[in-house]
Amino acid sequence: MDLKERLSGDLQNKEHPSFNNFNTQNQQNWEDPSMLDYSTRIEPPHFLGFNQSSQTQPSNNQIKVPGQDGPVNETLQANKVQEWDPSAMLNNLSFLEQKIHQLQDLVHLIVGRRGQVLGRPDEVVAQQQQLITADLTSIIVQLISTAGSLLPSVKHTLSAATPSIGQFGQFGGVVFPPGQGMNGGVQPQNASASKVSEQPNTVDVSSNSGNEQNHIIEEHDMKDEEDAEDGENLLPGTYEILQLEKEEILAPHTHFCTICGKGFKRDANLRMHMRGHGDEYKTPAALAKPHKESSSEPTLIKRYSCPYAGCKRNKDHKKFQPLKTILCVKNHYKRTHCDKSYTCSRCNTKKFSVIADLKTHEKHCGKDKWLCSCGTTFSRKDKLFGHIALFQGHTPAIPLDENKGSIGTSDRADSNQAANKVGSMNFNFSNNVSGESGVQSSMDVKGSVDDPAGFFSPLNFDTCNFGGFHEFPRPPFDDSESSFSFILSGSCNYTQKSGEE
Amino acid sequence: MKKQKQECFGGFFNPFDLLSEEIIFMILDLLNHNPLDRKSFSLACKSLYATESKHRRTLKPLRQEHLPSVLSRYPNITHLDLTLCSRLTDTSLSIISNVCAPNLRSIDFSRSRLFSTSGLLGLAINCKNLVEIDLSNATDLKDSAMAAVAEAKNLEKLCLARCKSITDMGVGCIAVGCRNLRFICLKWCLGVGDLGVGLIAVKCKLIRHLDLSYLPVTNKCLSSILKLQHLEDLVLEGCFGIDDDNLAVLEPGCKSLKSLDVSTCQNISHCGLSSLINGAEGLQQLTLAHGSPVTSCLADCLKKLSLLQSVKLDGCVITYDGLKNIGNWCASLRELSLSKCSGVTDEGLSSVVTKHKDLRKLDITCCRKITDVSIAQITNSCTSLTSLRMESCTLVPREAFVLIGQRCCLLEELDLTDNESFLFAGLKSISRCSKLASLKLGICLNITDEGLIHIGKGCSKLLELDLYRCAEITDLGISAIAQGCPGLEMINTAYCKDITDRSLLAVSKCSRLKTFESRGCSLITSLGLTAIAVGCKELTKLDIKKCHNIDDAGMLPLAHFSQNLRQINLSHSSVTDVGLLSLASISCLQNITILHLEGLSPSGVAAALLACGGLTKVKLQAAFRWLLPHRLFEHLEARGCMFQWRDKVLQVELDPKCWKLQLEDPMP
Repeated sequence: MDLKERLSGDLQNKEHPSFNNFNTQNQQNWEDPSMLDYSTRIEPPHFLGFNQSSQTQPSNNQIKVPGQDGPVNETLQANKVQEWDPSAMLNNLSFLEQKIHQLQDLVHLIVGRRGQVLGRPDEVVAQQQQLITADLTSIIVQLISTAGSLLPSVKHTLSAATPSIGQFGQFGGVVFPPGQGMNGGVQPQNASASKVSEQPNTVDVSSNSGNEQNHIIEEHDMKDEEDAEDGENLLPGTYEILQLEKEEILAPHTHFCTICGKGFKRDANLRMHMRGHGDEYKTPAALAKPHKESSSEPTLIKRYSCPYAGCKRNKDHKKFQPLKTILCVKNHYKRTHCDKSYTCSRCNTKKFSVIADLKTHEKHCGKDKWLCSCGTTFSRKDKLFGHIALFQGHTPAIPLDENKGSIGTSDRADSNQAANKVGSMNFNFSNNVSGESGVQSSMDVKGSVDDPAGFFSPLNFDTCNFGGFHEFPRPPFDDSESSFSFILSGSCNYTQKSGEE
Repeated sequence: MKKQKQECFGGFFNPFDLLSEEIIFMILDLLNHNPLDRKSFSLACKSLYATESKHRRTLKPLRQEHLPSVLSRYPNITHLDLTLCSRLTDTSLSIISNVCAPNLRSIDFSRSRLFSTSGLLGLAINCKNLVEIDLSNATDLKDSAMAAVAEAKNLEKLCLARCKSITDMGVGCIAVGCRNLRFICLKWCLGVGDLGVGLIAVKCKLIRHLDLSYLPVTNKCLSSILKLQHLEDLVLEGCFGIDDDNLAVLEPGCKSLKSLDVSTCQNISHCGLSSLINGAEGLQQLTLAHGSPVTSCLADCLKKLSLLQSVKLDGCVITYDGLKNIGNWCASLRELSLSKCSGVTDEGLSSVVTKHKDLRKLDITCCRKITDVSIAQITNSCTSLTSLRMESCTLVPREAFVLIGQRCCLLEELDLTDNESFLFAGLKSISRCSKLASLKLGICLNITDEGLIHIGKGCSKLLELDLYRCAEITDLGISAIAQGCPGLEMINTAYCKDITDRSLLAVSKCSRLKTFESRGCSLITSLGLTAIAVGCKELTKLDIKKCHNIDDAGMLPLAHFSQNLRQINLSHSSVTDVGLLSLASISCLQNITILHLEGLSPSGVAAALLACGGLTKVKLQAAFRWLLPHRLFEHLEARGCMFQWRDKVLQVELDPKCWKLQLEDPMP
């Protein structure tokens, strides 16, 4: 929100009349208290196309619609009336038309101004994109909500509406086929959305022209938001997406000396190296960290996409979640899409593709000595005892003893419930798995010794989504599903010590 | 044994046919005093043998070798006491678990070693009705053994004292496995901490008795412990990790608590204590021994406990205000122990006893500041005292003792050890306590035969008499006691140097005698010992150290008649190889001390040690360690015998008065 306000403020400084108008309107809206709680006022059925689950348990859903304009409020309020109201619809449509015309004018204006601002074309273009993005977002949201009011009776409205969204998208010069993107975002959820209803969902509906992107809908599970890499929860379109090629990612060096060609992992090292090539590289300016420009002009935040098609971190993915830095990209790509070539020398079972992961593991390898009869291992004794106190029939397993009996006594109902939970969680992240129980046992539950949230990190789910899961054999216990599944609902710090993975 | 059956009725009519089995069972119920009685009963005839076999419920086997035959003879055993089998292999355990499987309810391993996890597992799985296991002192048992014990799902009572090798994991297994546990003792299980104890409290909701003495537990586990609905007895002795911090935040709980022991917990002051007992209105017993000073605050926080009956403050520092506030409690105490408390004065003690008139037991051992004022006050208000212990109350004058006998006629236990001023007049008055069962007069140097004659006349129910170093005593006094107190079970005449065989002859009439101690009575001979051996068949403990005139001639009748002897001290006597070897015929002999025996040769010692199969503890001169082959000791240790090597030089016996002076010398 700050960003947007600042953007609009910047634009105001340009003293363009039409911008002015727009901005004042915008700011009023932010101050409008009714905006703050609009999400509660929105009736879920309007977003049926995006999330059917909301229909079954509306109270569980929180729907955010950021990037609004004032009139949306009215529209939304109008939409609160459940009945199909033709006159309201007409109002909405005419308002939309007006809005689109405004936007058209704006784009015209930008096209006209393009020749004048030669000095720093990038920033200006970025600002313009930003502005159009915001406008288009509001238009699309309105359109959708308008269409949504029809949905209880007419289910196919959405598919009819989708191309029009695509048209809006084209205003901003969309690179990717917009219609496809929309559909990709919408349809799979409809397929089995009813399963989602078990958890509260936070649905970010932020639609915009999205010059280079098609992730119109972001659907997060609550747990997923805890993931460190996505903590900021950026609005789509407020950042620039870069995608490195596979070769680039896997290259050992990213910085090369222009004189001798030597490669370096860090640019600082390269700069140190450059000093040897002559005095001109020894000046403070040459040694200073590059790209440190004056931040008076807002630069678009950079985010990264994984080049692996179908990956959730790939920008084509319907629930795309960008990666924050190049390092994240590298680690993600290696962890998820590469062979695990580093084997732990201690246990000879754990394999890693990132050497740092191996080192972290080796520090703790063999220390997970606290074992429950259900096969779960714990690095800390108190965690094991908490686990045992929680579940009936689980006992501490004494090492040296071959696992004798006493598993499978766990409460059936309990574990079944937990299993369902896993199922729905899986669904949230990956439609292709859709709660299939077999996946539960093969899920990668590595790491996360000290970070409970780590277990739910998208990385792990990615692993199981993309063919990785066949690498992980099932745990040795026969009823691993039940014994494993309660872990999710139980205490968090553990690792599944079984077989490989 | 079976061959000895008697065919007294010629086979045509057996009057025992008229006796139903139930009647014989009732007779057997009463045959409890001497284990040999039952033996002779069962040896009388075949039918009595069979009846006795059917009747017996408890069994205390001497050797594990006999277990198979003994167990098959007694099929109805419910309680198996294996404390005499110091060596107990898994094979024996598997025999037990197979033979006694349906009936066995209780088993005691507290002195046994060598068994392992697999034996315990078989026992736990086969004996479904097992409710009680005592595994104390099994220091080498590990968590896996606990996992095996946890298979005994019906277990209600489990004692794990001094199982040092078990950890939270083992206790966790038990907590999960034995859900019906009511009694658990984890004393000195140093590997067990908050987590294990906490899990016990979470999983075993029926716990009534919880002993956590000397465990490294902290406040963390207390909250779950105090939530136990049925907890009655909580022992936190020596839990140094528990302190006042956080105790205050404990929710009021544990209404069922009846007994609390927080002795030696120096970190618990009155604040912590008051939050511990918060809500426990039914508290009856409280032990605060060796804890924080008993001040008025501490006494105040116990004021409201209306059901309090017994308080033990042994070894605490007590202020006058503290004692005064104890007098203000709303409960009327039955039992108060102030032994070794510094700060107990006449005023303080008087204010306590004037309020608590119902006091039954009072312990003021080593309250060295009290005088006749206190005694007068105690005897005046607490006339129903049954037990008074006042060892080493040195300031009490001789006149005060007369009051005890005059006013407290219900006394059953009186400890007057080390009260030098105690005199003949005192004993005369004490002889009025006709219920007296235990009288301790050790180091009362001034008492004479006359006093003992009075005791012998008045206290016919005397069971224990301690005359340690009462040097004035002669045969006359002892004979009077032996005549007047036929039920005597313990007598200590150590260093009563004037005692001769006549005393022993008199004492031998006390057929119940179990413990006889006559150290340093150099006048007694083998003849007197023979009389004791013949007359006192139940003798279990004998100490004849420094009785120079006792030789092998005394050992032979002892070996023949005293078949119940467990413990013997022969140091400084004239016993030789022959006498020692003859003792091997006493099958239950466990503990012998043979120091400074001049007539003992290495080979004689070796032969005797090998012959006594049931030995568990031997005190030997260190020289034998090098004189005898090492393999011999290895063999004996493997049989379950422990050796204690002593290398003290012979000390010349001092004059009794001199000895007292020397004893007091190092003291300030």
